[in-house]
Parts: sequence; C-alpha cells; structure tokens
Amino acid sequence: MPDPWRFHGGVHPDDGKALSAQGAIRKAPLLEKYLVPLQQHIGAPPKLVVAKKATVRRGQVLAEPGGFVSAAIHSPTSGTVSDITECIGPGGSPIPAVEITSDGQDTADTCLEPIADWENAAPDVLKKRVGEAGIVGMGGAAFPTLVKLSPPLAKPIDTLILNGAECEPCLTADYRLMLEMPDRVVAGARIITRILGVKQTWIAIEANKPDAEACVRQKAEGTGIGVQSLRVRYPQGAEKQLIYALTGRKVPAGGLPMDVGCVVQNVGTAVAIAEAVLDGKPLYERVTTVTGTPVVNPGNWRFRVGTPFRAALTLAGGVKEDPAKMISGGPMMGLTVYSLDVSIVKSTSGILLLGPSEVSQFRSGACLHCGRCVDACPMLLTPATLSVQIENERFDLAEKWNAFDCIECGCCAYVCPAKRPLVQHLRRAKAEIMVRRRAAQAAAKR
Amino acid sequence: MADHEIRLPDPGKLIVSSSPHFADPQTVQKIMLTVILSLVPACLAGIVCFGLRAAGVLVVCCVSCVAVEALAARWLKRPMALRDGSALLTGLLLGMNLSALTPWWICVIGSVLAIGLGKMIYGGLGYNPFNPALVGRVALLIAFPSVMTTWVTPTPGQMLGDAVTTATPLGTLGTLHRWVPDQVMACGGQALSYWDLFTGNLAGCIGETSKVALLAGGLFLIWKKLIRWQVPVCFIGTVAVMTGVAHALAPELRAPPLFHVLTGGVILGAFFMATDMVTSPMTGLGGAIFGVGCGVLTCVIRLWGGYPEGVSFSILFMNALTPMIDQFTAGRPFGARPGKEAAP
Repeated sequence: MPDPWRFHGGVHPDDGKALSAQGAIRKAPLLEKYLVPLQQHIGAPPKLVVAKKATVRRGQVLAEPGGFVSAAIHSPTSGTVSDITECIGPGGSPIPAVEITSDGQDTADTCLEPIADWENAAPDVLKKRVGEAGIVGMGGAAFPTLVKLSPPLAKPIDTLILNGAECEPCLTADYRLMLEMPDRVVAGARIITRILGVKQTWIAIEANKPDAEACVRQKAEGTGIGVQSLRVRYPQGAEKQLIYALTGRKVPAGGLPMDVGCVVQNVGTAVAIAEAVLDGKPLYERVTTVTGTPVVNPGNWRFRVGTPFRAALTLAGGVKEDPAKMISGGPMMGLTVYSLDVSIVKSTSGILLLGPSEVSQFRSGACLHCGRCVDACPMLLTPATLSVQIENERFDLAEKWNAFDCIECGCCAYVCPAKRPLVQHLRRAKAEIMVRRRAAQAAAKR
Repeated sequence: MADHEIRLPDPGKLIVSSSPHFADPQTVQKIMLTVILSLVPACLAGIVCFGLRAAGVLVVCCVSCVAVEALAARWLKRPMALRDGSALLTGLLLGMNLSALTPWWICVIGSVLAIGLGKMIYGGLGYNPFNPALVGRVALLIAFPSVMTTWVTPTPGQMLGDAVTTATPLGTLGTLHRWVPDQVMACGGQALSYWDLFTGNLAGCIGETSKVALLAGGLFLIWKKLIRWQVPVCFIGTVAVMTGVAHALAPELRAPPLFHVLTGGVILGAFFMATDMVTSPMTGLGGAIFGVGCGVLTCVIRLWGGYPEGVSFSILFMNALTPMIDQFTAGRPFGARPGKEAAP
C-alpha cells in the first residue's frame, strides 16, 4: 500500500545500498584501545565520573548526564581509563575524550538489571532505564531520547512512528537491523508505546526494503503496531515529511513533532531501548555501515562506541584506492572526516568512502532561475532567491523568506545545475538569523 | 590477513566539504545544449523553406553572438563562460527570429544588442531580466522596420533560388484590418491551407514557420523537464481563447483562433522564448500566470495594436514582471499556518 500522503519535492539519488546490503551484521572484534568522545549528543556535555587509571567494566558509566538535555556515556569494554584527553569531534574541532585500554576480559558491569516483566512495569521505570542506558537518537541527530519520551503535559502524544525509512543513500545499518532483529525492533516499539501511552504506533519503511518490511510485519502481527511502506524518495525519513506521509499532519513551521501529537524514533534507537530494557545493556555499541566503492569488503558491523575509523576500515579490508572523501553518515547529510582517528559514536550510522571519480568539485555559477531547487525543496522554500539574498548578506530578507524552516536536507544543492551551494547558504543564514534573534532577545531584556 | 597488508585511506588526500556529497548530473551546459538540440528541427525546416540564405543568417547570428560574448567578457573582465553554450543559444534564437533576407551586418548589430545590451551589461548569464534574443530582435525591429518585415516566399527544397518577397498572413491581416480569408491566406500568389501553416510553407521568420518542427522540439523539452508545460499551454491557450472570442463576436473582422495560433511567432515564442529559465518564473503556477500574461498581451497587440505581431513585445513585458510573479507565487513553507507569518 503506498503511503497516503506524499510530501512535496525531494530527490531520487542513486541509492548505492547494494554495496553493503548483503553484509549481515558482524561483531567487531575487541580492540586494545577505545577513544570515547565525551560529547556524543545534542545538548549539555556530560560530567566525567571516572578518574585516570580507574578500572572500569563494560557498560560502566564514564560520564553522567550534565543536564536534562544530555546523556550518560558508558565504557565500551572492561579495562582501565588510560588517559583523559581530547579527540577530533564531528565538526572537526577537538572535544574531550576518555581513552579506555582493554583488559581483554570484556567483563560486563551488572548495575542495570534486565526488566524481564516490562509489559507490567510502570512507564516511569522504563523511561528511567532509557536515561540510565544513555540512549540518544541513532539516526544521526543524537538527540537524547529521554527528552523526546518526556513530552510536556500540554502536548499530548497519540502517535509513535519508528523511522525505518533509511532514505540516505548507501546506508544499510537500519535495513540489516530490521532484517536480522525484527523482534527487537518490535519490542522497542512496544516499550516506547508503553512509555508514551500512545494510541497508534507505526513502523515506517521505504519500499526499497521489502524483505525487511516483511520481517518486521511478521513480528508486529498481533501487537497492534502498523507497518507502513513508504515511497522511495529522499528525504522520506526527515521527521516532518515522515509524519506527514503517515498521518497527514503537518508539523507547524518552527514547531516540533509533539506539536502534532507525534514522537518519531529511529529503528536503531528502538533496538537500543529494547536491549536496555530486556538485557540491561547500556548504549555502548551500535551497528554501522562501512561502505563506498573504494572499500574492499563493504558491510555492516556492530562496533563499540569509541572505535576509531581506522579500526573500522581495517576490519572492512581497507581500501582499493585512496578515497577523495571520508564521510561520517550518508552522502546527503553526512559530515566529511579528515582523520582516521575519529571515533565511532552513538550516532555514527555509516562510514562512507567516495572514490576520486565519484567526487566532483565544481565552480558554482550564477543562478539560472530554473526553479529545480523550488521543485525539490520538501519545505516549499525558494532556495534560488534565498541564496542570492544570503550572498548579499540580506539575512533580514532571508528570514522573511523563511530560511529558518530549512531542514538542511540538501535537495536544493543536489539538483542545482549551476552547482550553487544552496543548502550551505541556508545553513549560514540559519546561524546568522539565530545570532540576530538572540541579540534581539538580549536587547529586549535590557 | 595481517594488518600491514591492508591499505588505509591517505588522510592527506581527503577533501573536506559540507553535504550533500552527491550531485545531480545536470549542468547549465547540458541544459543549453539540449535546448539547442531541440531547436535543430525548426532550423532545418527554415533552411529547407528559405534556402541557404536562412542558414547564412543563422550562422552569422551564432558566430557573432559568441564573439560578442567573448569580447564583452574580456572587456568587462568577467569570467569567460562560452562553454555554457548560452551565447550560442541566444544567437540561434535571434537568427530564428529574423527574416532570411536580413543582411549580415544587421545580424551582427542584432547580436551586439542581444548579448551586449540584453545580457552582458547586467552581469552575464543569470542576471539578465529580459530574454537577450528578444532584446536583439525588438531593437532591430524598431531600428530597421522595413528590413525586419521583408519576407521571402518559401521555396521548399530550392536551396539557392532567387528570393521573391511577399507578405506574411499576419502582415496582410494587419494591413487589411479585416478577415478576408482569400487574401490573408495567401503567399506569393498561392493559396494557403491550415496544413501549410502547420508544416511551415508560409512566409515568416526563419525559425517560426514550421509548427510541426517546433512542437517536436518543445515536447522534447517538456519531456526532458527543461521547460514548464504551463508556460506554452497557458500562452497558446490564452491566444486561442481570446482570438476565439474576438472571432465569434466579429467574424468579418477577426481571424479565427487556429489562424492566430499557427501564424507568427506564437508557437516559437510559447515553447522557446517565454520558457527561457532566466527570465521566466520558477514555479508552475508562476509559469501559468506568465503564459496567460503573454497570451493576453499578444492578442491585445495583434487585435488592437499598431504592430501585426506582438509575441516578442508581450514576452519582454512579462519578463519585466517575472520577479514580481516569483515573489507572489513563492510557496508557503511546509507547516505554515494559513494567514499567519510562518516564522514565530
């Protein structure tokens, strides 16, 4: 059944998933050392609670949440805290990190008990566990899940959507999870359903993964959870577009999913929640796709958090040719990485390498007013006009033309025949508008 | 396999850039070349009808447009952008909008005006508010009215024959101020059928006569998604409706709608001139408004104006309104509350 509501625009890039889709999830072998970044989520940095040379066990808390919008970080294995140092963060700048030297035993910490009878456990107990396990959104945004599961009373939630669209090309981690662990996906969905007390729960999967959909559908049978096949179109998995595709509800401009009674969680997050509740396992490992044409053996692995990209790529057999780009995430929204010492974190959905022939560098030209970006924008903005305003630093105009509603999916820059950096302009405008708004607020206070 | 056998990426060769890391293969150059390709059938039809003279006009216009662009870019110290193909396209369109009898030096003046006045003084491709080829044509029409309205009788298949001048059906209609089918539907002493109007066996600009060739190219561009169907459909539809009403009210005075659609530059203008990306609106709705505006103005000029033909003027006029149309038809962002400002 096709999705009942179709969002405007979007693009259909080559999905490139065949490279790694057949690679069943493998467990990455233990490393001698892990470098665990201490900021793996959006929000307040966590507080370090271990000292140098301390002995830790797998799953032991290394850092506690530093506020409400924050998340705990757990040790990926047992061993000692060999260094408290810095590592390269996702933005390229250094962030604090803890180095764990493995003792080779991988002894588990047992402070989180499995909640075997979760179906009768109080929602608050389950919610507390999500916080204790340090779970964050695993689709890429890394927003602390506990916050999403604690909507204010004024915003009643009636719908939960598990996002299994995986609309980013080249990534197959969620696909493999749904294919290999559909019971865990469904269990996670049921646990979140219980926490939120919602009336309807959907698992949404793009139609290019029919086998995964069949697996999930089979496990979801009799649970009251709906499985919905979605049109294959990027950015189908973008929160606002996904909610619209399933419910026809439009998240108001500048608003959040809870404004229309919805909570969206990635399927990977649901699996992590199921593991936290059923196994008492904190979030210290995740499934990540290592792929790209230069990779010798592309596939999907379950990596401990803190695994350097170097180790992940070694596991995938290294490269056939020197890649021109190394990307953390997918090709449409991922971040380029320039060092092999960057660590896999809770939100690293993929490591994508692009060969020199796949990376084209352009000199951007003048806007032709062809309108392809207008056709492609899922938020119905006018990137062509906005980009000219932003080039001229008219952020006041850009704000009027709704630059702030941009979801940075990159469809505009993808389609532009003049190769204009449209989404990049919009990112700049959003940052500038934010600065202006803050300044205005500060002035109003004075 | 031991670790040392495994080759890892060389970090020194990694490019750092912001997403997206994939790009659609479409480029400005490909767009321009595809549009040029879509014009080939109409150009060939013009050459078949009007002989090698027509080919000469087209070649002179193309060469001089490219040369003017190169010289202007050099003089204005702008990046040389000949490879985007837009100057070639402007030259081709300008030539298609001229009579086969246009002397070469008028072609050159037209190219200077089209590229220089129509495009380069605004900053080059993308910044010009008006369709450059039409700027060239209209400037020539005002400067050399008699040369620009001297037409050749088509001699299909005869490449080098003597040119016999004649009037276009639209021109005759404009002089007569009445719909006298026997006199209007004639060309060089021969009676014209609607089939002749459709295939291009009538006097007129080199590229505007063969509707069948133009339609083939236009439909190709719609299929390639390089032009918005709303523009030609609304343009031609409006012309048909308005002239249809005029004809119904005064059948003695006004020509029937099919005549108006198939004569002059309506088809060429609707598919290739009004759809110029740079100077027409960016959305389907905007394109529809633009097309209707072009149609209305064309009819106003044809029915009540001093010129027998009004396609060029109407498109230039609507070009001027394009930024306004774009502003009014800009989409409300997804999730914007009706009637309220979107941003808090």
